[in-house]
Amino acid sequence: MSEITFRTRVLRASPRLWIGLAPNRADLAAFVLLAAIAVAALKGIGGTVAPIADLAQHPITLDPANLPWYALRTTLRMFAALFASLAFTFVVATLAARSRRAAQVIVPALDILQSVPILGFLTFTVTFFMGLFPGQVMGAELASIFAIFTSQAWNMAFSFYQSLRTVPSDLDEVSRGFALSPVRRFLRLDLPFATPALVWNAMMSMSGGWFFVVASEAITVGHTTVALPGLGSWLALAIERQDFHAIWLAVGAMAVVILLYDQLVFRPVVAWADRFRFEQTAGTDRPKSWAYDLFRATKILPLIFAPVTALGRLLLALDPGGRSRPARAPGGPRSEWLWRALVVAALGYGVWTLADYVAATLTWHDAASVLGLALLTLSRVVLLIALASLIWVPVGVWIGLRPVWAERLQPVAQFLSAFPANILFPFAVILIVCFNLSPAIWLSPLMILGTQWYILFNVIAGASAIPTDLREAAGMFGVRGWQWWRDVALPAVFPYYVTGALTASGGSWNASIVAEVVTWGHQRLEAPGLGAWIAKATATGDYPRVALGIATMSAFVLAFNHLVWRPMYRFAERRLRLA
Amino acid sequence: MASTITLRPLVSVEHLTHHYGPKRTQPVIDDVSITLHEGEIVGLLGRSGSGKSTLLRSIAGLLRPDRGEVNFAARDDASPDVAMVFQTFALFPWLTVQQNVELGLEARRVAPVERRARALAAIDLIGLDGFENAYPKELSGGMRQRVGLARAIVVDPALLLLDEPFSALDVLTAETLRTDLLDLWSEGRMPIKSMLLVTHNIEEAVLMCDRILVFSSNPGRVAAEIEVKLPQPRDRLDPAFRAMVDAIYARMTARPAGTPVRDGLFPGTGISMALPHVSTNSIAGLIEEVDAQPFDGRAAMAELGDSLGLEIDELFPIAETLQLLRFADLRGADLVLTPEARRYAGADVDQRKAIFGHALIAHVPLAQHIRRILDERASHRATGGRFRDELEDHMSPEYAAATLRTVTQWGRYAEIFAFDEDQDSFSLEDPA
Repeated sequence: MSEITFRTRVLRASPRLWIGLAPNRADLAAFVLLAAIAVAALKGIGGTVAPIADLAQHPITLDPANLPWYALRTTLRMFAALFASLAFTFVVATLAARSRRAAQVIVPALDILQSVPILGFLTFTVTFFMGLFPGQVMGAELASIFAIFTSQAWNMAFSFYQSLRTVPSDLDEVSRGFALSPVRRFLRLDLPFATPALVWNAMMSMSGGWFFVVASEAITVGHTTVALPGLGSWLALAIERQDFHAIWLAVGAMAVVILLYDQLVFRPVVAWADRFRFEQTAGTDRPKSWAYDLFRATKILPLIFAPVTALGRLLLALDPGGRSRPARAPGGPRSEWLWRALVVAALGYGVWTLADYVAATLTWHDAASVLGLALLTLSRVVLLIALASLIWVPVGVWIGLRPVWAERLQPVAQFLSAFPANILFPFAVILIVCFNLSPAIWLSPLMILGTQWYILFNVIAGASAIPTDLREAAGMFGVRGWQWWRDVALPAVFPYYVTGALTASGGSWNASIVAEVVTWGHQRLEAPGLGAWIAKATATGDYPRVALGIATMSAFVLAFNHLVWRPMYRFAERRLRLA
Repeated sequence: MASTITLRPLVSVEHLTHHYGPKRTQPVIDDVSITLHEGEIVGLLGRSGSGKSTLLRSIAGLLRPDRGEVNFAARDDASPDVAMVFQTFALFPWLTVQQNVELGLEARRVAPVERRARALAAIDLIGLDGFENAYPKELSGGMRQRVGLARAIVVDPALLLLDEPFSALDVLTAETLRTDLLDLWSEGRMPIKSMLLVTHNIEEAVLMCDRILVFSSNPGRVAAEIEVKLPQPRDRLDPAFRAMVDAIYARMTARPAGTPVRDGLFPGTGISMALPHVSTNSIAGLIEEVDAQPFDGRAAMAELGDSLGLEIDELFPIAETLQLLRFADLRGADLVLTPEARRYAGADVDQRKAIFGHALIAHVPLAQHIRRILDERASHRATGGRFRDELEDHMSPEYAAATLRTVTQWGRYAEIFAFDEDQDSFSLEDPA
């Protein structure tokens, strides 16, 4: 065990010792860090409350001195969206877990929203939010934040809902036996129990979010063009001006931002959330984070959490303290029918509205061509996932079986999956133009550029989890070559692979919207596909076509999930689980 | 103890009935009426599925029974009437020992200062001084259960409910904890007026309780009420203690006069009989044990349980399976092997399979049914779903799945049919 765990033991056993010590070096370091973050955040937020004319007065420039400022604005957008996602999660997932009827609507809705191509939404959201705050930067900011939110919220809410549904029955009985009020129960039982899964999902959401923040800062919908100060807008301008140097700067800035976020936010939070893992035995390898240890060693930690603690106290103080119901009383059959009728009526109205809207301007010919394009994009996704699997599964297994390498490369793979691949698109375009390659084929790899890492890091995790006894048994009986892959490695990593491939394929569909049409200055490359179709419809503000495109893509993603990935999941659960 | 204190009723349970299953038709407990008095420890002894836990949770207010009432004697203060100790400890891993113990007080809005004082006193009482700031994952099983006890008694309950509190602990730890709890009780150091202990360990019940209620299964009813008048502290080796344990074993294995041996062992009849999860290895093991010296074909259940280290929850289903297969009879509290079983004990692997297969077809209607269908069909194949559906007409899906799993395991061992899990199909094919 490392020194870190030793120190935590000491801390727990005698907290009084630490009170009354003079501020130490760690205090100073932590204070400087936190103060810097606070100042930066305040400055960044100040930029959002300005009239939109400001954007025109201070257009995006490719001056390197502005780059930190842009990076800051981009990061703040990410965190604003994350907090919105958390709030959404707490409200919606709790509602779904507490009320069976709410769950009947919310759970399928979340399932679908997870599969909807978020980038397609931009058209609608930009229009909506600009209308909400006419002439204000805030409108465009909110539209961008909302786009990121839509990429983060669903899986977080889903994870929270599932945690609430799987609260251990004995702890549930203790809470009910002591008659904990709903608020107290949420703070004492539900929230801590759900925290580890929620933190993990929030981190995955953040990783995905960088891609969308880049894509949503500089956007043109019909006649409206908005370029919010940020790395995405910087990139858009660099592409327009064909400024190779500026693109390199953007890549570097992004790498620094993600590295800082990883070290200062994500890792400390994971290390902190470890205490909520529901297991009665002490784990051997706990997540480590120097920043978390730094904060722990200081007296500042309670100060940072003061607002959170205060909120909890306030909730408890305001708590009406009603006794939670001893047993659930099911509603009568009549109200049940009424509820179902309501849901069906709402669904019918929705279908009718959508059909009416789309049918007013579109023809069957449009539908047929969309279907054809969707099949084209589908074949790209399938082919790319297969190719990426062929490459990354063996590599991942090789790395996963070597603990030293796994420890070094796992964070790299996670870093790569967080890195927004759309920043790298210009390089691909330059290559394609340079060698005069066919865009229909050579633009395709861009779709999987950012998402293939999910396959890699999941396979690494799977291979590291192969029990030593299995490996030793295989070694002793001389199992090697193809037999080793077939009987040992592939079955063991399969459940992990499915998780990674599912994420990768969903991400690739989404990425097709920005990857099938790319530009470099005046050069415009296009690969025929559903993504390109949606991108074009968005650029011209053709709402019915955007709606049709999104609906088709959602249907394809959903069908793919239910017909391919779910059965694979079930198979893995049933046969390949190492119990 | 019980004899020295006037028996004032504390809790009365009247005509409690609770059902389960998709249509809530199968009773878990049926018309149970009991009264708990001040100053006594009452044991609820029964096998899993006999509804002990349902009764306990109804008294705790965690379950609302379909019918019947739980009435508490009026108390002068507002403190909760019951608190429960769980088999799994049920500690919050993210709270320290102290925070766990304070949980119930916090819910009752006790002021922080008083909360802290009372929690510290309870922690002290239960012997956990010095561990106030430890997290549950840093404690051993025995210490965790001490936290569970402290958390329950700190809220000053009139009745302490103990749900198999020692069954997740190793033998030594469990014994220490039992003794400590009995000491606290007899010295009157806990504010508790009565304890209700759910267990499937007969010795534990005799060791701790003043009164034992024996529960029968399917549906759960109070089959017998036994007063334990032995003085505390009790000695497991005392002949009177042993005699009592044997008597309870006999009581629990007894069948109402006139019922044929085979009926009533398991719920349901014919092919819809719910089979317990008993592996063929356990069946062979029990036959061998009873066949060998010193038992030589006849063994007292209590002794068997001791020598094999099995609690009644584990031993009874195996013994009953032997009865079902006509490998054994019960005479009083003795398990007596049939000539068939003794032949089985002396046979080699193939002969054993043949004997077992014969018994299976003759005495387990579901096995017979599956085999007949496979014989009748030209393809000699049938899907598992077909039989599952048939079973689900008579029992819950979980019971149906468990029963089918058991019969599949038995049938595979006897090689009277094969089963392919991937295709979910039964067949007569030899997998070799």
